[in-house]
Amino acid sequence: MVLQKVVIVGATSAIACEAAKCMAAQGAELFLVGRNPEKLETVAADLQVRGAQRVETFVLDVNDVARHQEMLDAAVAAFGWLDGLLIAHGTLGDQHKCELSVEETLREFQTNALSVIALLTLAANYFEQRGRGCIAVLSSVAGDRGRPSNYVYGAAKGAVSLFLQGLRARLARHGVAVVTIKPGLVDTPMTAHLRKGLLFSSARRVGRGVYRAMQQGRPVVYLPGYWRLVMLIIRLIPERVFQRLSL
Amino acid sequence: MLSTQAIPQSWGRYPRVKPARVVPIYWRDQLPDLQALPGPLLAYGYGRSYGDSCLNENGTVLLASHLRRFLSFDEEQGLLRCEAGVSLAEVLDLIVPRGWFLPVSPGTKFVSVGGAIANDIHGKNHHKAGTFGCHVTRFELLRSNGKRLICSPTENRELFEATIGGLGLTGLILWAEFRLKRIHNPYIDMERIRYDSLEEFMELCAESDEQYEYTVAWVDCLASGSKLGRGIFMRGNHNRSPDYARKPLPRKLPLAVPVDLPSFTLNTLTLKIFNTLYDHSQLQKRVSKVVPYEPFFYPLDSIHDWNRMYGPRGFFQYQCVVPYDQGYDVMKEILQRISRSGQGSFLAVLKKFGDVRSPGLLSFPRPGLTLALDFANQGPKTLRLFEELDALVRESGGALYPAKDARMHGEDFKRFFPRWQEFMRYVDPKFSSSFWRRMALVPSWEQSATVEV
Repeated sequence: MVLQKVVIVGATSAIACEAAKCMAAQGAELFLVGRNPEKLETVAADLQVRGAQRVETFVLDVNDVARHQEMLDAAVAAFGWLDGLLIAHGTLGDQHKCELSVEETLREFQTNALSVIALLTLAANYFEQRGRGCIAVLSSVAGDRGRPSNYVYGAAKGAVSLFLQGLRARLARHGVAVVTIKPGLVDTPMTAHLRKGLLFSSARRVGRGVYRAMQQGRPVVYLPGYWRLVMLIIRLIPERVFQRLSL
Repeated sequence: MLSTQAIPQSWGRYPRVKPARVVPIYWRDQLPDLQALPGPLLAYGYGRSYGDSCLNENGTVLLASHLRRFLSFDEEQGLLRCEAGVSLAEVLDLIVPRGWFLPVSPGTKFVSVGGAIANDIHGKNHHKAGTFGCHVTRFELLRSNGKRLICSPTENRELFEATIGGLGLTGLILWAEFRLKRIHNPYIDMERIRYDSLEEFMELCAESDEQYEYTVAWVDCLASGSKLGRGIFMRGNHNRSPDYARKPLPRKLPLAVPVDLPSFTLNTLTLKIFNTLYDHSQLQKRVSKVVPYEPFFYPLDSIHDWNRMYGPRGFFQYQCVVPYDQGYDVMKEILQRISRSGQGSFLAVLKKFGDVRSPGLLSFPRPGLTLALDFANQGPKTLRLFEELDALVRESGGALYPAKDARMHGEDFKRFFPRWQEFMRYVDPKFSSSFWRRMALVPSWEQSATVEV
């Protein structure tokens, strides 16, 4: 799949940066979307040096859903057309705080699920019309089964995964690939507070995996690949047993 | 409380000490408040220093390996600016296809740019190009008082000179700019010459230094008597032929050492490599080849985590420089002692440093012969041998390389680095390392006289 003109939402996230580096090395044109203008400029300069033919930045808080169309229009206006969209933004909220606060729970859902679904709704129509391209979204292994330690985050990611599954089937007949990416534990600023064990992988490894999955237009990708097996086992545990495990 | 990261180690995996905490640095516009962090502080990149100069027992480690972005690349002038945590491997991946090369290459490409500056690293072209610090044009330094200072030969010059080779003690380097070297293609015209004595090595140096950009020798540490110092001399230049510019570089899968091995394995391996080369060149005294730059510069990088071959007790590397106005008698004596002890790695690296001066106050390279080799950690026995070698180095007016050290004495450090008092004025009061505390240096003036920068 050609990934010459790509929009990256949440472009300053560690995994998105690494995927973008792969695209830049191939001389891609990149439209970076994020909240923080300084960070966007830092990432843009890096990608430019690494070989990106052109880098544009767009400051946007994804929860400002009303501006999604404006952002997509700006990207199309800048590049003429789009080959790909990578949605990589997200927050790993505090599960305990969510349990104590409706507001907190809904905010998590807003950022990790609703903003993504809103954006996908618009982008899907663009790519459907264009009849080609690739939409990739960073979901999570956490969306595969609800666990007491992070089910708010997990439920939001699960909603995204399910939405993508449907969207994939819809867009497949229009020649558009929809890629669900499920990273495991990745060493990024989002997980800086967690203890790093053997199961952690580098953002670089996962970012490269994202790039490859987009190139190949694969449906569902676990990164690194062994997470497919881990999650298969976790999904197979009977509910009554699962309740007793502290996962 | 060490909760967020794997424990930073040094390459020699000795000593094994833990910092109290690890603070990853992700963004230059979102730096931690160093004033608020419990000290002492020390930057850590990829842990390729051998001893304890990159360790900070019970202190706070500022993990710089996430600062991995390029800022700018002037492809006309060959001027690259990048964050301090970018590795030389990543720099090479970027610049080699565009016809540029590192001004100075160490023996591994897995070091950070910040570490290259802090240790003022050298390579096979020291006799021509000096140290890495000679090619640094500027960098930004974060001090613990929160000040961010641009340092260059014209701006904050004293801090610039203190930071080059300053072992990370002057603050946290955020980004650096350095000059690159033009190449025509990624290949090296290499020549391997078997030689039988230290005298012959010196002749080869004299003959090669002018015309060859890169020179180094592998020395057989088991040889003694008239064969003392025998080995393989390697010299090379960047290939200039346009044919090789079109030739794609071979892709190799890296090997890795997944577990700790008993410490004899590395010697067995190096012995094999050496014998193969030596016996091969016995047929012909000289072998000329065109080789890709990677095996020429970084032969051990193809085996990831080779340090694990020394087992869980870790190892020492001993690297000294001995001035050549003394002739090579001291080096002979050093080699003899090592050979007699039977403790060293089978293979040592020998190189003649040139007289290009580094701006760094604590820079290690100086005109003379430098020898580097590994020693498995066999406890007191190994340390006793080092004492003997130290005495020889001391008497010759030579020095040891802090980046490789886990055991030199503070008294010796003062002799080896006579500008240490001047340097201490620029040490950030909140920065320190296990190495630095081990040196326990007290300047003749009071601590309070630290220059306010």
